[in-house]
Amino acid sequence: MSVATPVRPEETSTSASGLRSRAFLSLVKALALTWVRDRSQVFFNLLLPGMFLVLLVSVYGSGEAPTPRVLEVGDVPVLERADPDDFEFDEAADLDVALAALADGDADAAIAQDGGAVTVYYSQTNATLGELALGRLSALVDDANVAVLSEASPQTPVLLLESDAADDRSLEPVQYLAPGILAWGIAISGVFGAAGTIVDWKRDKLLRRLRLTPASAGTFVAARITVSLLVALLQTALFLAVAVAMGLRLSAWTWFAVPLVLLGTAAFLAIGVVLGGIAKTGPGAAGLSNMVTMPMAFVSGAFFAIGSAPSWVQGLSVFSPMRHLNEALQDVVVHGESPVAVLPEAGFMALFAALVALLAWKTFKFDEL
Amino acid sequence: MEAAIEVTDLQKTYRGRKTGEVRAVDGVSFRVETGEFFGILGPNGAGKTTTMEIVEGLRRPDSGQVRLLGRSPWPHSPELSRRMGAQLQSSSFFEFLTAREQIETFAELYGVGRRRAAEMLDKVGLSHKASTRCLKLSGGQQQRLSIACAIVGDPELVFLDEPTAALDPQARRNLWDLMRSINAEGRTVVLTTHYMEEAEALCDRVAIMDAGKILAVGSPAELISELDAPTRITVAVGQLSDERVEELAGGETVSVGEETVVFETHEPRRLLAALAAEGAMEGLAVRTANLEDVFLHVTGREWRA
Repeated sequence: MSVATPVRPEETSTSASGLRSRAFLSLVKALALTWVRDRSQVFFNLLLPGMFLVLLVSVYGSGEAPTPRVLEVGDVPVLERADPDDFEFDEAADLDVALAALADGDADAAIAQDGGAVTVYYSQTNATLGELALGRLSALVDDANVAVLSEASPQTPVLLLESDAADDRSLEPVQYLAPGILAWGIAISGVFGAAGTIVDWKRDKLLRRLRLTPASAGTFVAARITVSLLVALLQTALFLAVAVAMGLRLSAWTWFAVPLVLLGTAAFLAIGVVLGGIAKTGPGAAGLSNMVTMPMAFVSGAFFAIGSAPSWVQGLSVFSPMRHLNEALQDVVVHGESPVAVLPEAGFMALFAALVALLAWKTFKFDEL
Repeated sequence: MEAAIEVTDLQKTYRGRKTGEVRAVDGVSFRVETGEFFGILGPNGAGKTTTMEIVEGLRRPDSGQVRLLGRSPWPHSPELSRRMGAQLQSSSFFEFLTAREQIETFAELYGVGRRRAAEMLDKVGLSHKASTRCLKLSGGQQQRLSIACAIVGDPELVFLDEPTAALDPQARRNLWDLMRSINAEGRTVVLTTHYMEEAEALCDRVAIMDAGKILAVGSPAELISELDAPTRITVAVGQLSDERVEELAGGETVSVGEETVVFETHEPRRLLAALAAEGAMEGLAVRTANLEDVFLHVTGREWRA
């Protein structure tokens, strides 16, 4: 047949593999442009983790312990020995007023003394500060007792306690927070990104249209995954730059974060594909993604040291790729351990990605695309 | 000459949890000749899109055969894909890309260059919108861009799935010209539509489809003349006496209403001449049979697009 506007021969690529790589590159370009122009993606993936780091480091990392507010009910002679830096004192007219203030959270503890009996009321509302006040007031009372005893019996030796926080010297908050927040950032961009993309494809039928071109659906999917992996690397580089600016010291093995981040991204993309297969709309996909990534962040020690979590949480977190990414990054980036030390974590993430990808493949309704 | 498309006895049943079994395509066969403008006409839900998607190779039928340019559309073959182009019902754009970036991406996928992409943008009249984001284009512009993407690879065979569905009448007419010119370039065009007048205006041959079945195939003129339907001639009342009305009707159907007299005749020429001779032409309207009547005839129910 003859067609009026023939394609010029010099424009036609002849080799099949040349055509495929050309198609692949143009798809990567189109999808990367889509990503960059979607401001919400840029904010969500690049800025948000950095903001979290700055925020959490300033919360945990202020270095100064807060001062408990203590109400003095009536005359309390034992307080004469108190170090004014340890407490913020105020006077209360009577016990009822003091207890009301505790209940309202306006004070952390109240103290009253009746001769030899010292009573401390501490707040459950501000549990942390209440405990702190109780501890310091107990120490004060002990101190007073020691002084009385020493005076009565100067020959009896007493024990003196001095304490010093060992961990704080070697690990600034930014050191233990950065890998966790980075792992969380990688997780949300992987899960939300993949789930959102699948829902968009269902709506726009873009994949269906592309299946009708000489490029196969596989080429398109590969291009989309490539863009996600590139985004993860960009995210890691920017995040570490912010962390370094906040005082993170990078180890010589930091480069090994690259394969770790790529493996982690693969695992999170697979989760996202499963969620995107279930969700019908964009908000649905975002909701499901939140339902998975939020609890995962909490059991994976993304925002606090996992060692302080209850044991059942630690048990659960063994199945979370975020925890393994977090620990592996911690080891190579912060502690400077060699890649060999994190092979179990890397292996777990690879296995997890493979299993979830298989699940996605088996459960996915390809007709909807 | 080998047919561009040959479809034999397609069957496709969907099983939904709520809807139960739906026979979307039920024994569809047709043949499209090379260079032909072929239309699949039917109301929403008739099975047009499913048929189209099976022919394109996007869906596998439960049974039946499809030959596109002499070969099967599945599994996916780059060689065959290069010879066909398609426009889907949803516009299927890369979000956030401009019209130019969109068509250049498709040009790359078909292995043709930017020059061809620019030519196609020009052909569909969107050169001045090249830097506009796809989703900011009007409905008609989006459809034209979508068609440009379908023909950028210089296909022999073009599938257009309801391209005018959501357009205003003016934009629809503009698109008709574009579709005609694509066919005039020697490309075989397959169009699905639920607009009677569109099928009548554009298609060499039309397949009328309803409830998963093709009920009639032929050129619009053929289908209408086979119907042997009467021409409806309307004039205002009061110009003719009742006896004269009966005489002019000549034994055929006539109805006298509050304002109009309606003749249904197989001899429109004789009747019109007689009305003219009487000078009873006030309020004259002549309506010949169209595809709507064909649809009514083959399905036994009114058209509801």
